[in-house]
Amino acid sequence: MDFLHNFIFGVYPYIALTAFLMGSWIRFDREQYTWKSDSSQLLSKSGMRFASNFFHYGVLGLFLGHAVGLLTPHAVFLALGVSDMAHQWLAIVAGALFGSACVIGAVVLWLRRLVNARVRAASRWADTGIIGWLALTAAAGLLTIPFSIGHAKAGDAETMIRLASWVQSVLYLHPDPALVRDVDPAYKFHMFLGMSVFLFFPFTRLVHVWSAPFGYLTRAYQIVRLKRVR
Amino acid sequence: MKVRAQFALVFNLDKCIGCHTCSVTCKNVWTNRKGVEYAWFNNVESKPGIGYPRHWEDQQAWRGGWELAGGRLRLKSGGRLSRLANIFANPDMPQIDDYYDPFTFDYARLQSAPLSEAAPVARPVSQITGEKMAKVTWGPNWEDDLAGEYDKRAKDVNMKGLEKRIYAQFENTFHMYLPRMCNHCLNPACVAACPSGSIYKREEDGIVLADQDKCRGWRMCISACPYKKMFYNWESGKAEKCIGCYPRVESGLPTVCSESCVGRIRYNGIMLYDADRIGELAATADEQDLYEAQRRIFLDPNDAEVVAAARRDGVPESWIEAARRSPVWKMAMEWRIAFPMHPEFRTLPMVWYVPPLSPVQSAIDQGELPTEPDGALPQAGAMRLPLRYLASLFTAGREQPVFEALDKMMAMRSYQRSLHVDGKAETRALERVGLSEAQAQEMYRLLAIANYEDRFVIPTGQAEIGLQDAFGFQGQNGFTFGNDSSPGVSVLMPYPRRRRESVESTEQAPAAAER
Repeated sequence: MDFLHNFIFGVYPYIALTAFLMGSWIRFDREQYTWKSDSSQLLSKSGMRFASNFFHYGVLGLFLGHAVGLLTPHAVFLALGVSDMAHQWLAIVAGALFGSACVIGAVVLWLRRLVNARVRAASRWADTGIIGWLALTAAAGLLTIPFSIGHAKAGDAETMIRLASWVQSVLYLHPDPALVRDVDPAYKFHMFLGMSVFLFFPFTRLVHVWSAPFGYLTRAYQIVRLKRVR
Repeated sequence: MKVRAQFALVFNLDKCIGCHTCSVTCKNVWTNRKGVEYAWFNNVESKPGIGYPRHWEDQQAWRGGWELAGGRLRLKSGGRLSRLANIFANPDMPQIDDYYDPFTFDYARLQSAPLSEAAPVARPVSQITGEKMAKVTWGPNWEDDLAGEYDKRAKDVNMKGLEKRIYAQFENTFHMYLPRMCNHCLNPACVAACPSGSIYKREEDGIVLADQDKCRGWRMCISACPYKKMFYNWESGKAEKCIGCYPRVESGLPTVCSESCVGRIRYNGIMLYDADRIGELAATADEQDLYEAQRRIFLDPNDAEVVAAARRDGVPESWIEAARRSPVWKMAMEWRIAFPMHPEFRTLPMVWYVPPLSPVQSAIDQGELPTEPDGALPQAGAMRLPLRYLASLFTAGREQPVFEALDKMMAMRSYQRSLHVDGKAETRALERVGLSEAQAQEMYRLLAIANYEDRFVIPTGQAEIGLQDAFGFQGQNGFTFGNDSSPGVSVLMPYPRRRRESVESTEQAPAAAER
C-alpha cells in the first residue's frame, strides 16, 4: 500500500504534468490541424445552451478556485487576513456551487454523446471518455464536501492545509506523499482522478483550453495577410 | 488612399438556366469529403424560396452581418465580450437540419436483393450516422423550379411588401435562379467574428480564406456570415469556406464554377478599391444608399492618380492592366447593370449580379404589355418579376437603380433587334437610357456573346514577385510525406525540420538599362 500511495502522490503527479506539458507542446507544434474545440453543436443544438454553459462556467470556476486555493502559500492567506476557517468555508460554498453546475452540465453532455445518434456517430472514443471522466472527477470532488463540512464545523483546517501543502510540495519538486497519507479516501480518489485529467489532456480535445481566445478582445476586426514579400 | 486589388465576380442572372453545373463541379472538386457532405460552397437557389440553409436571408433570426449602433458598425450578433461569453454554445448557430441531413442511397441493395415480386428499392442512408433514414425530408435544392407549397416558398424575406396572394396565382407566378457562393466581401463579418483570428483576407487578391491550422472551431463565423457561406466541418472540427479556387486564380484561370458554367453567366475580373474607406462606406446611414456607397469605394484604373497610388501600394502592373479590362468594372461601374446581393448586410460583397429580365412572349403577342418603340420587346417596368422583389435582393429595396439596369438591357436588345431584324439601327431606346451605340455593341458582346477571354480577365498571382528563393521553391511543393505541410510552429521545438533553401545565388540580374 505504501508503495502505491507513494507512487500515486509522489511519482504520478510528475508523469501527469510531464505528459501535460510535453504532450501539449508537441501536439501544438506538429498537429495544429487537430488543435480544436471539436464542437458538435452543428449536429445537435438542443440542450447545448444549458448544458455546455453550465459545464464550462462550472469547470472554469473550479479551475480558478483550485488554482488560487491550493497554490497560494499559507502565509500569504494569513497576511491578507483570510483565516483558515474563512478559506475553508469559501472553498466549500464555491466548490459546491461550481461543482454542481459542472457535474450537471457534464452529465448532460456525456449522455448526449451516448444517446444522440448523430453526436454518437461523430464522437471518438476519447470524446465520450473525457467528458465522462470530467463528470466523475467533479462528482468525486462534490463527494468530499461532506467531509470538509465536518472538518469546518469542528474548527479543523488541518486537512485543507495538508492538501494545499502537498500540491505545493509537488510543484516545488520535493513531493511529500506523507502529507496526504491520512486524509479521507474521498479526497485521494478525487485527487487521482484530477491528476489523470492532466495526463489525458494533450490526447483529447481539452487542448482547446490553451487557446482561450482572449486576444479577440483587443485585435482589430479585419485581418489582412500579405503573401508576397515587399 | 490605400489601393487594394480584389478578385471579383459578376453573375448574369438573365442567362442562368439553373442547371447546377457550377454547384456540382464545385462539390466534386472541394467538398466531397467526410464532414462537409452537407456543404455547398456554391449552390443555386430557386427564387422566391427560403434557400439554403433555410431562411438564410432572415437576419432577425440568424443575426448575421453588421448593423449600425449609434452610427458605428457593429456585428449584429454582438460585441467582442458578449461573443466570448457565448463561446461555449453559440446561440445563433445553425443546425445540420437547417441545411439538410446529408444522405446517400443503399445502391448495393439494387444488385444484391434476392429475387422478389416487387423491384428492390435503394433506401436513403444518413451520411453522418450511417443509418437508414425513414424519409428524406429536405435537400440542398428542395425548392428547385418552384417545387413545394407556395406558402412555404413565400416566406422568402424578399417577398415582404409584396401582395403574396396575387403571386400565388398561376398566371402571376414568377421565378428566377440565384447562384450563390462566398462573396469574398470587402468588410467580411466572418473575419471580424473569428475569436482565434484564423480567417483573413488576402492582400493581393482579396480572397477570404480560413486558416485550417489556426481555426479552433469556435464556430462564430458560421453564424456571423449573413450569406451562410461559412461551413462547419463536423469531422475535422474546423470552419471551411469557398476558397475562390485560389490555386486556379493564381495561375490566371477562372474559378471552377465559372469555368464550367454552361450558360456563360459568370464573369471574373479585378477591381481596385480604396481600403481606407471600407469602414466609412459600410457605415452609410441609410441602407438603401449602400449600393451607391459600395460603388464609390471602387477606384478608376484609368485615373493617373489611382495608378500611381496602386503602384505605390504594391499592385503589380499586370493587375492594373487587368483592372482596366475588367468585365466587372464595365458592368458594375460603367453600365450600372450589376448589383451586390443584400448590401444591407454591410459586408460589401464582391459577387455582383445582373438582374434577370423576364419578358412574357405570349402577353406581348396579345398586346397586353407596353413595349419599346420596336413594338416587339416589353418595357423594363412591365416584366413578370416584380421590381420590388429584385430591389429587395439587390438594393435594400430601392427600385430605381434596378429599373434603370433592366431598362438598359432591354434598350440594348431593342437596338440589336433593329440591327438584325430590320437591318437598320434604331437608337431611340438607347438614347432614352443614355447608352451610345458603341456601348450597346460592347454590352452585347460581353453579355450575349460572352467570349471566354472577355468573361475572364485574370492576371496571374505573380508568385515570382513574392519568391525570394525560387530554386528552393521549385520541386518542393505539393503533396509530401509525413507532417511536412505543417512543419511546426515553435522555434524552440528541438525536432529536426526539413530544410528547403537552395544554395543558388538569389541575386537578381541587373536590368538591361543598367548594364
